[in-house]
Amino acid sequence: MDSFFVRYKNSLVLIALLLAQTIGLAVQVRRPVAASAPDAPSVSLVRYWAVSAVSPFERFFLTIGHTLRGGWSNYLDLRHVRQQNAELQQQIADMRVQQAAIAQDAIQGHRLQALLNFQQHYVTSTVAAQVIGTSGSDFSRVLYIDKGAADGLKSDQAVITPDGIVGKLRDVFPHTAQVLLINDQTSGAGVLLASTRIRAILRGTTNGRIVINNLTADSRIKPGETVLTSGGDQVYPRGLPVGTIETIAPDPDHQPYTTIQLHPAANLSQLEEVLVITGTQPTLPLQAQQDLNLGLATAEAQAAQAQAAQAQAAAARAADLKAIEDAKSAAEIVADRLPSLHDNSAPAATTPNAPGTPAAPLSAVVPRPTPTLHPDRYTPGSTPPAADLTPGAANHSITTQTPSDTTNSPASAPQKSPKSPTTNTAQPNP
Amino acid sequence: MPTRSYTSRRELEQHSFHPAVSLLVPLAAIILQALLPKPLPRLAILDLPLIVTIFFAVSRRSPIAGALTGATIGLLQDALTNQPIGVNGIAKTVIGYIAASIGVQVDVENLSTRILMNFGFSLLSSILLFLINRRLLGLPGFHLLWFHELTRAIVNTIVAVPIFLLLDQAKRTE
Repeated sequence: MDSFFVRYKNSLVLIALLLAQTIGLAVQVRRPVAASAPDAPSVSLVRYWAVSAVSPFERFFLTIGHTLRGGWSNYLDLRHVRQQNAELQQQIADMRVQQAAIAQDAIQGHRLQALLNFQQHYVTSTVAAQVIGTSGSDFSRVLYIDKGAADGLKSDQAVITPDGIVGKLRDVFPHTAQVLLINDQTSGAGVLLASTRIRAILRGTTNGRIVINNLTADSRIKPGETVLTSGGDQVYPRGLPVGTIETIAPDPDHQPYTTIQLHPAANLSQLEEVLVITGTQPTLPLQAQQDLNLGLATAEAQAAQAQAAQAQAAAARAADLKAIEDAKSAAEIVADRLPSLHDNSAPAATTPNAPGTPAAPLSAVVPRPTPTLHPDRYTPGSTPPAADLTPGAANHSITTQTPSDTTNSPASAPQKSPKSPTTNTAQPNP
Repeated sequence: MPTRSYTSRRELEQHSFHPAVSLLVPLAAIILQALLPKPLPRLAILDLPLIVTIFFAVSRRSPIAGALTGATIGLLQDALTNQPIGVNGIAKTVIGYIAASIGVQVDVENLSTRILMNFGFSLLSSILLFLINRRLLGLPGFHLLWFHELTRAIVNTIVAVPIFLLLDQAKRTE
């Protein structure tokens, strides 16, 4: 028996090691919880030992790196501080203007949300933390931060940057915490497409990308659309930026679903500092409320100013119009009110008539009929005026207007001289 | 005067290391592996703990020592990830055992052998990790990206050669 163990000791040690680790794996994955959930206390203890062994070195190298980098960047920063100050002043001025507009929208949105009874959660407190290390494996996308339970951190708290969400806390140790990035394959988040308001679930992939794969093809979803957190996962507060849609392609493995790939809003590969959301509340925080009130006051002041300026402009315009109206003659007023009687060919009146000047005759603006091509005795203007006709006269000449005579106005036609060219003379029958 | 006769290649070229080296080199590899991807994310493709495992296994030429070294380094590496503890442990135990067994048979001081060995073990590590994740843990979304794994093997090989030369200085011949 001894010779068996001696002879096969190498293989037996290998089998024992593999068996022990396989059993350990089986115990860990037997728990009916999500892969992104924190570990069981026993596993967490092993991780704690490992992290405790490694994190002092990580902190040490981080401090050295910061000292070196800080010294150099302080020198560089001083060189550009004046220019930056001017830019920042300009930025503040721009932002004050923007603040007023945003405050109006925010208050309106707040009112609408209250009407619709939304369960909105506002971020009330955050803890800033520095990234001190990674898992060192591209199969596991986690980070280590220099804050832990001693700083009030707990598992499943959201980790963000000003650009967007980063992930959530997984294991929290006394002075260190593990952040599970949203692009890890075990990660997930409830999201909302900003313009279409479609809700979806975000997942990480093995190659470190973030995708939505629970939506069917929809023509409304377009690349470039912003994706926000929906708040439905109870981890990330609603409305935080997640990323933008990069590509949309059919999922060959799960028809009819599509694979929507996102570009993360936060730069997940190079994170230096992050914020851990430690508290949320359903109402606006006091500071935010004060900011909002300030913004609203600014907005109202600006609106009042704009209204006053508008009213002033309107009054000035009305005064100008009145002056012009007063300066117009009665004829122009009539002409204005009867636009169809305007004679386009008439010379425009450039100067108003002096008071007491007789108004221009209206006949000048009476429209003339189109000249007749083939005149006969019934043609207007061919009959002499009744005053010229003598009842019972033996003969009389009837003048007809030739088509060429187009310059005469109908009003003056009856007054034409009888010496005008005669084309036809009617002789009465005996 | 007692005489000692060498009966095998293993007895001829078996090396040992100072306990501090045996402890600090794997620890340094794990710390560097955790630190380097922070400023240079692309360096996450490296597997320094694997390189160290292979080096100690082939230098000691003891399969038991190789398997134990691999298991320790792998478990420590797992403890820093969010994966179940044992994934890298199993993979590196197997690699440590095989590397030590090969070390008994071939001349591992040769540069070509080292290149081939590192390339082959890097690929084997990827395959073992895939099998453990896919079969043992039942993760359906875990895919083996061949191009990525080949790149990883090439990068690991390139980095392993100077590291082997550096660590050769710490060897003590028994």
